[in-house]
Amino acid sequence: MTYAPLKDSAHVRAAAHAFGAGTRPAQPPSGDVGRGAEPPSETTTGLDNRKMAMWVFIGSECMFFGSLLATYLVYRGRSVAGPTPGEILNIPLTSVSTFVLLMSSLLMVLALSAVQRGDALGTRLWLFGTPFFGLIFLGFQAYEFTDFVHNGLTLQVSLFGASFFALTGFHGAHVTVGVIWLLTLWVLALRDRLPPADAPVVEVAGLYWHFVDIVWIVIFSLVYLIQ
Amino acid sequence: MSGVRGWLTTVDHKRIGILYGISGLVFLLVGGVEAILMRLQLARPAAGFVAAETFNQLFTMHGTTMIFLAVMPLNAAFFNYLVPLMIGARDVAFPRLNALSYWIFLAGALLLNASWVVGAAPDTSWVGYANLTSRQFSPGLNTDFWLLGLQILGVSSLVAAVNFVVTILNLRAPGMTYMRLPVFVWMTLITQFLILLAFPPITVGLIFLMFDRFFGTGFYNPAAGGNTLLWQHLFWLFGHPEVYILILPAMGIVSEILPTFARKPLFGYPVVVYSGVLIGFFGFGVWSHHMFTTGLGPLPDSAFALITMLIAIPTGVKIFNWLATLWGGRIRLQMPLWFALGFIAMFVMGGLSGIMHASPPVDMQQQDSYFVVAHLHYVLIGGALFGIFAGLAYWWPKATGRMLDERLGRGSFWLILAGFNVTFFPMHFLGLLGMPRRIYTYPAEVGWEFWNLVSTVGVFILSAGILVFLWSAAASLRRGAEAPADPWNGRTLEWFVPSPPPDYNFAEIPPVRHRDELWAMKLEGRAPGAAQPAREIHLPAPSVYPLVVAAGILVAASGALSHPALVGAGMLVVVVGVYRWAFEYRR
Repeated sequence: MTYAPLKDSAHVRAAAHAFGAGTRPAQPPSGDVGRGAEPPSETTTGLDNRKMAMWVFIGSECMFFGSLLATYLVYRGRSVAGPTPGEILNIPLTSVSTFVLLMSSLLMVLALSAVQRGDALGTRLWLFGTPFFGLIFLGFQAYEFTDFVHNGLTLQVSLFGASFFALTGFHGAHVTVGVIWLLTLWVLALRDRLPPADAPVVEVAGLYWHFVDIVWIVIFSLVYLIQ
Repeated sequence: MSGVRGWLTTVDHKRIGILYGISGLVFLLVGGVEAILMRLQLARPAAGFVAAETFNQLFTMHGTTMIFLAVMPLNAAFFNYLVPLMIGARDVAFPRLNALSYWIFLAGALLLNASWVVGAAPDTSWVGYANLTSRQFSPGLNTDFWLLGLQILGVSSLVAAVNFVVTILNLRAPGMTYMRLPVFVWMTLITQFLILLAFPPITVGLIFLMFDRFFGTGFYNPAAGGNTLLWQHLFWLFGHPEVYILILPAMGIVSEILPTFARKPLFGYPVVVYSGVLIGFFGFGVWSHHMFTTGLGPLPDSAFALITMLIAIPTGVKIFNWLATLWGGRIRLQMPLWFALGFIAMFVMGGLSGIMHASPPVDMQQQDSYFVVAHLHYVLIGGALFGIFAGLAYWWPKATGRMLDERLGRGSFWLILAGFNVTFFPMHFLGLLGMPRRIYTYPAEVGWEFWNLVSTVGVFILSAGILVFLWSAAASLRRGAEAPADPWNGRTLEWFVPSPPPDYNFAEIPPVRHRDELWAMKLEGRAPGAAQPAREIHLPAPSVYPLVVAAGILVAASGALSHPALVGAGMLVVVVGVYRWAFEYRR
């Protein structure tokens, strides 16, 4: 276990235990992601700070996507130009990409389990598989967006275009962030720098990833399936 | 680490609290100057002191500044400084994220005010109603500054909210149960939840505005089928909870001060807490009372009127609890208590006119009149700002180690109270006489001159009071008597550590056994614990990356106003900063 060097002479210098006697792990900014060498020791609720932060953030994100989705629904059928959803949305194609994204959640579960068990091979495999499936989903989305633009659905042409691209685009941006995050963890795993003690770090990324998946299920149902 | 570098890289919640406090006070003065300029223009009919365009910029920036750059950061100053001390922690859960919140706030504040420098200050009012904000009607950079500035400030608030929720839930000292949390910490917790749930809608609203302006979408364009009311819904879904985001911390501050100076425990603590929770909960169901005149129909109007009136109940409960706390107490009339009493009296007046607005037929008469201006200043100055001044007076000795001059403090209180009422009470009359808000001048024959002149006189009294307060604060740093650890016979844990507290806050984390733990300790003669740390304490190391990431955001945002290359450069700085941050402690 290593400690960050304390550069601040005014701060009291450190020995072993307890940054906050019984309130948190023994390291500097214990909560910050990337600082995972300690088990989630002794928080008041028993829940790791980072995990709680992600849950809280997800609560906020629900309002974010809720607002985007509500706008899409309120504006449905109000466009005065351009293609309609029924004319342009390709349900079979998007079903495939949806399936891929859902499967990536399964891989995420396997990845976390591998990290927790200290299974190096599984960690490397599933931590690559998850963002790879995410990338496939993004590829489908890139194809879909290009196709729509060629068929006359742009941001500018109609309210449907604007609210559709805003909603699915921001979801895609979230997937992109998740892909970068997971690939970063994968690189760490390749260098044997993701021991079981770091499982909470992977778990937090997993929480985010599952949330982004669930958002997609809602979008797919409300935008594509129920027109 | 001392010096400028120490402050730039600090992750100490106390230093960040002080940074928030200083910034908030500076912007309070900036917003105050904007207010004075407006009052000078309105002092006489048909005056030509400022041009109509400038007046638009003044009231827009005054509102935006006071809400986002003065009251919110001043509240954040209290959250930062006090929450870890009050719950018995050594810092917040994520110290570097905490620094990030501050630097992002500063970035947003600088961007907003940079608009003055380039002569394009936002001019569509702090509510920025669509489609006045469209490219067609606001072609300049003004609205771009506004929407980017608000977007950045929103990120700052959200990051801080995540941090404080985790801190309060997870970093409490042993024995600090929910029902032993100081009320200020409770109100902070509720405020953070309001921020978490209320800021995303305005973020989305601003994203749509950005898309409309930068990419030519039609979200708020009726010609494309868009509905301008979409903005109002998204904005007020944020905007009304925002009212409670501004006032709940002040309610928490007052709930700390009253028991201390009445020398008896807070009356009905659980009810005060539950009332705060209820206010936060109902706060999400009332946004359309800002939209009664938009023609939503009788059913929505009635529903929103009802919920709005319901909020008066938990609010009234709190006020009666405060009065009952004072009742029968052995009251010490000192400066913090004066401001707390001023808060109760003035906030009740603002609350009463608020109940009037809850009724749609009444509201339709008062909409966009000076009556509303009077109401909102009674809750925001009479409420939030009096609470903030009470808190400054109360915790100043703790943070600085110096006592404030009591005589100057009382002088400032009476000046502020008098000036505030002389400024804003006449606005009730002006509103009922039909004077609309946001007009830059008015003709002589409509009968508004007298009260406008009175109001302008009042703003100078109010300003004098605030300056006396700030002067006395500055003077105390040089000549003030040294403050003991516990100057007021306090009840909560922050009074248990020296003034100012050491970097590590608590030599030993005190186990908590009572709601008014320090009083209980003093009564039972329990030892307050070791003065020196028994073992060495690990503190978070300073970090430069919060500042780097915030700077990247500022560069990217200024790129959106000038050249796309800057956006790329700014984003690059953000990405590099985030990676260096994530691996700062990882070998």
